[in-house]
Amino acid sequence: MAGAADPRPGDPLFAPEHRDAAFDWLCGLGDGALILGHRLSEWCGKAPALEEDIALANVALDLIGHAEMWLALAGEVEGQGRSADDLAYLRDALRFRNPLLVELPNRDMAVTTMRQFLFDAWHLPMLHALSESASPRLAEIAAKARKEVAYHLERSQDLVIRLGDGTEESHARMQTALERLWPYAGELCQPAPGDAALVEAGLVPDMAAVSATWQEILDETLREATLERPEGRADVQNGGRKGRHSEHLGFLLAEMQFLQRAYPGAEW
Amino acid sequence: MTAPRTTDSAAPRPDPALVRDWLSEVPDPEIPVISITDLGIVRDVAWEEGTLVVRVTPTYSGCPATSVIEMEIERHLAERGVASLRVERQLSPPWTTDWIGAEAREKLRAYGIAPPIDGTASDGRLAARAARLAGGGNASPACPRCGSARTEEVSRFGSTPCKAAWRCTDCLEPFDYFKCI
Ligand SMILES: [Zn+2]
Repeated sequence: MAGAADPRPGDPLFAPEHRDAAFDWLCGLGDGALILGHRLSEWCGKAPALEEDIALANVALDLIGHAEMWLALAGEVEGQGRSADDLAYLRDALRFRNPLLVELPNRDMAVTTMRQFLFDAWHLPMLHALSESASPRLAEIAAKARKEVAYHLERSQDLVIRLGDGTEESHARMQTALERLWPYAGELCQPAPGDAALVEAGLVPDMAAVSATWQEILDETLREATLERPEGRADVQNGGRKGRHSEHLGFLLAEMQFLQRAYPGAEW
Repeated sequence: MTAPRTTDSAAPRPDPALVRDWLSEVPDPEIPVISITDLGIVRDVAWEEGTLVVRVTPTYSGCPATSVIEMEIERHLAERGVASLRVERQLSPPWTTDWIGAEAREKLRAYGIAPPIDGTASDGRLAARAARLAGGGNASPACPRCGSARTEEVSRFGSTPCKAAWRCTDCLEPFDYFKCI
């Protein structure tokens, strides 16, 4: 790691009254990027087409880069000396704050692609709003990340449209993927109880506003893709922000954290 | 990356402009025909109380080349006799391909990489999709091999985070496009 920039003690993010909520919120964002990045990396070397293989690995790399920045900032806010690596590799599933959507298995390319689109369509407006944060540290990471995420959304949106409005087979698979993921999608826009004070302080965006843009992108894209928006509620599966995860996260962490757990402090 | 080396008060302090010249000899690890100053990632060079501080902005958040570049800067400047050095990562303002100079763009083209077309960065909006898919408009790079404007995108992501994969429909060769960000 390069020498960190000044911690900027004037940054409201570091105000003691926000510490616990801000740490939790940053872990939510960082863990979402980390776990999705890890899931995407599972396709490396075995995606159905070379271009997709490369694209998924590139998106994974961006997301893991974002996770590193968010978790490093979370560690600074917490003030206990934990690094991004400590947070990524040495926390148990109960301490992870990612939405459940990102920990679900990849299954086929329809599920992988649809999940990516649902996430990207939330991620971009989220980062856009966050780049206006009252915290300069939050704002600068968001401004950096959102340029990359614009490409993520372009790609996943394109694919959803091409596969949705594609062959009978691809259309059916995309519709099935959408219905499978739908109950998990709404959690992306669900605030945690501690978030209200952060929103009030202008540190993090109001999820209602992010959700409105997310819905617009969804509606516009699904229409073009000739896919039907499921009728059920999108937020019935949730709990990630409270550390209540599906059975899948433990298996994912067992693989992701193995090296640091077995050989503490190992470097390469 | 490393703790500042012990300061020798008698050590010379080369002028920041000279240090920039030295840094222009450090190649980008992934595209060695251009230097890190060509890329526009060296944001600031200054002396702070006997320590030379070089501020570098990452191209892409997860780009594995970032740490390699920081190591190369340290090695190169140590060889030039800089005794006390700190390389800092600066995020803001975020890096943009607009900072790649005209000369560097020609070097990229000669190397077989179509240089970025300014003003075509993705904004993630669906509205631009039709124009993009048609491959028309200003978003279509000329083939760096034969110069043809008839090219098409194969994938928005290429061999490194900063590139996209394109193909020329005249000479039929695939090529990398340094995408605009
Ligand atoms: Zn050509």
